[in-house]
Amino acid sequence: MAKMTLAQLKALRDDKKKEINRRDTDAHDVTIIVGMGTCGIAAGAKDAMSALIDEIKEHELDNVTIKQTGCMGLCHSEPTVDIKAPGMPQTIYGNVDGDIAREIIVKHVIGKELISKYVLDRPASDIMKEQN
Amino acid sequence: MHYSLCDMVLDLFQNSVEANSKTITLDFIQDKSFLEVNLTDDGKGMDESTLDRVKDPFYTDGIKHKNRRVGLGIPFLIQTTEMTDGSFHLKSVLGEGTALSATFNLNHWDTPPIGGITDLLISCLSFDGEYEFIFNREDRERKLSYTITRSELLDVLGDLTLVTNMILLKEFIESQELDN
Repeated sequence: MAKMTLAQLKALRDDKKKEINRRDTDAHDVTIIVGMGTCGIAAGAKDAMSALIDEIKEHELDNVTIKQTGCMGLCHSEPTVDIKAPGMPQTIYGNVDGDIAREIIVKHVIGKELISKYVLDRPASDIMKEQN
Repeated sequence: MHYSLCDMVLDLFQNSVEANSKTITLDFIQDKSFLEVNLTDDGKGMDESTLDRVKDPFYTDGIKHKNRRVGLGIPFLIQTTEMTDGSFHLKSVLGEGTALSATFNLNHWDTPPIGGITDLLISCLSFDGEYEFIFNREDRERKLSYTITRSELLDVLGDLTLVTNMILLKEFIESQELDN
C-alpha cells in the first residue's frame, strides 16, 4: 500500500457517502463522549476509543459521533464513556477497557440492553453543582 | 503515570485545546535514541507564577473543579523526563500562548514506550472546536517525514467526530506511517 494523498482520501470519502446513502440507515443518531482528561488517558481512554471505533466499523454503523471531553469529575472510574442512543436512557459507563467498549456497541447501541455492572448513574457531585 | 509517551502528548495537547487555542503545532521528531516533542499553542497562556505552580502536582486552576487540588498533566511529563535522563522546557506568556519542548531518552530502561501515533492523531484532530492543528512528523531512522493539517482534513472529510470519517482518517494516517 502506498501513502494516501488527500485526493485519494476525498475519493474514498465520496465512495463511502454514496454507500451510506444507498443503505437504509434508519438515521439512528448515537453520540458517545469519551473522557480524555489526564485521569481518562492514564486509565486507558485512548484504547477504549480505539475499540469503539473498530467495533462501529465492524458493525457498519453510520450515524455515530464520538466526542472527547476533559475530566468529567469521575477520575475514580475512568475511562468513562457517556452514551446517548435512541431508545436508551443516557448512560455513563465507567472502567471501560477495550473489551467493555466493544460490549457497549454490541449490547447497548445495537442490542438496546444496559450493561448494569459498568453503569455510573451521573457525573460526580462537584460537577453536578456546577451544572445546576 | 501515563502508559505511553503518546498518552502524555495527548494529555498536554488537550490542555492546549482547553486553553482555546486557534492554532496548535506539534513536532514529533524521532531518532534511534530520542523522541523530541515540541507543542506550541496560541491559547490563553500563563503568567510566571502560574507557570511555576503548574509544575506542582497539587495545583490546578480550580476553574473546572472547584474542590480538586491536583493537576497531573505537566508533573507526569516532568517526572518522566527527570527519571529517564530526558529534558523539558516550558515557556508561556499570558494572553499569547504556551510552548513546551520535551526530549525523551528512548535508550533509558524506564522511558515508557512511544505508543500509537495513529490513535494519538485521531484524538488530536477530532476534539470539538475550531482550531488549526499542524502535525510535523519526522522519523530520521526510517527516513519518514510528513505534515498533517487539520483544516485540509476538514475540507476533505467534513465532521471529524463522525466515526465513518474517523475510520477513513485512521486509514489515511496509517498510510503516512508506511516506510518509503
